[in-house]
Amino acid sequence: MDKARNQFITNSIRIKNEEIFLKRESILSFDSKIDLSQFLKDSYKKLALRYPKYHKMDSLCKLGILGSSVLLRSQHFNADTALVFSNASSSHDVDMKHVKSMESIVSPAVFVYTLPNIVLGEISIKHKLQSENVFFIEDKFNADLLVDYSETLLNSGKASSVVCGWIELKNDQYDVLLCLVSNNGEIPFTKENLEELYRFENE
Amino acid sequence: MDILLQEDSIISPLGFSTSENIKAMKAGNSGLQFHENLRFQNGGFYAGIIEAALLADNFSIIGDATKFTKLEQMMLLATQSVLNNNQLDLSETALIISSTKGNIDLFGNPQNFSKDRAKLNSLAKIIQEFFGFKLKPIIVSNACISGGLAVAISKRFIQAGKFNNAIVVAGDLVSDFVTSGFQSFQALSATPCKPFSKNRDGISLGEAAAAILVSNNKREGDSVSLIGDASTNDANHISAPSRTGEGLYKSIQQALKESKLSASEMDYLSAHGTATIFNDEMEAVAFNRAALAHVPVNSFKGFYGHTLGASALLETILTKHSLLNNELYPSLNFEELGVSKPLNIIQKIEKKELKTALKTASGFGGCNLAMILKKSFNG
Repeated sequence: MDKARNQFITNSIRIKNEEIFLKRESILSFDSKIDLSQFLKDSYKKLALRYPKYHKMDSLCKLGILGSSVLLRSQHFNADTALVFSNASSSHDVDMKHVKSMESIVSPAVFVYTLPNIVLGEISIKHKLQSENVFFIEDKFNADLLVDYSETLLNSGKASSVVCGWIELKNDQYDVLLCLVSNNGEIPFTKENLEELYRFENE
Repeated sequence: MDILLQEDSIISPLGFSTSENIKAMKAGNSGLQFHENLRFQNGGFYAGIIEAALLADNFSIIGDATKFTKLEQMMLLATQSVLNNNQLDLSETALIISSTKGNIDLFGNPQNFSKDRAKLNSLAKIIQEFFGFKLKPIIVSNACISGGLAVAISKRFIQAGKFNNAIVVAGDLVSDFVTSGFQSFQALSATPCKPFSKNRDGISLGEAAAAILVSNNKREGDSVSLIGDASTNDANHISAPSRTGEGLYKSIQQALKESKLSASEMDYLSAHGTATIFNDEMEAVAFNRAALAHVPVNSFKGFYGHTLGASALLETILTKHSLLNNELYPSLNFEELGVSKPLNIIQKIEKKELKTALKTASGFGGCNLAMILKKSFNG
């Protein structure tokens, strides 16, 4: 039997335009003039994250830690919860910092973040997930790929649940949707439902 | 359902086809040479770099080299060579692209190209349009396991019935971006890298493109299938390997479980073996935990250097040919064992009946990958 038919979008988080939504409900919003680094700092405080490593991370990882921490708070999930992430701009936000530093002194603390999947590593450490990870690059949000690939992991037993989504950061503009997919919940894990959760904030 | 690893191609400093590469390897040639570079106090570094003029010359048979970046030329050539030997319907063949940094140096120095060309989406589109693939390319960028993970992903999609054939293409360059970064880490070796050796002192970078057809269509004769695959994150550190080899160990266990084979049935182990102190030690620990200490093992990094997002595909292709040729290839530059656990390092070419192999890879972000390959005869 197709196990994925029993999979649901258990929880979802959306981060965009100085606002954080949990299951479509706004839980935090800031003045539109707040810049990226202040947004990341203030959100950390307001959400009471208590994870000092956060401050060392690049912005993409901060977005991932913010998102996954709120998403997984008081949720049941196993260590084999897979991470299936995607975006369009890879790690180019921090890549540009490294490119600028190449003319003078290069910092290993910056270089280490110049891969898109580092955010998967940071999330795995924070939530103790020893699981399947993949980072896909897409020109725009692609619910088909996220659902299709997550289903292969769930159906083959390579993961018991999945956190999948989109984590884009370009020119200090961020656009994040992360979903916890498990056999718990009411919203069936379909392309249409995932697409709708992504479109929601744009309405 | 058997998932077969079929036609393949390698573009590297050792040659522009898989057979040229294997021939060069058997002759003991290495792609690693000293290249002048002002970033280094001693005037340069050892790396496996493809000669641009030679590449352009080869590329001119299929296209105008001035219109494509070096990496694009490499990946297009690799793909062309796989397509040449197949009657594939490109309206239903998947294209899976794998790279860590793509054309990243175009960001700082766009040459005659647009800055947009630095993006992995642009790289994928160029390969798609050059050949006329109809399906949207899938791009995997998962550090140094990317090329192998892309093969595992193609298998998983074929098993799920999404398509029957996938061309997996991987490529990365020795970019100034990556060279400066690894140098800042003090991770680059002063000599050609020496995986698993006592006096190893870091990696050598390399560049390569590789392509393979992954298919569920049976062929006559000997073929190699991917029968188990798993990837597990260490959840330990984003740049340092786990001291217990946890993620790699778990990946190996999961892949073996899927293949229904045991560690004692592995004839050959193709390791990641980057030649950093910590990586090689981590692998030795994981292999010993997995009861693989006796299995003949090599790292291909002494021949190619670390080709990043291409490495796990390049080495999977070489592993496949090891099985088909019944040949074990040496771990080049190996001297005296320098890890805390025993390993059976291959030191010279050996003819041996081979049926099964384990390919592993690990990368930044704490990712690990294990794949089980099996040779079978279809009469």
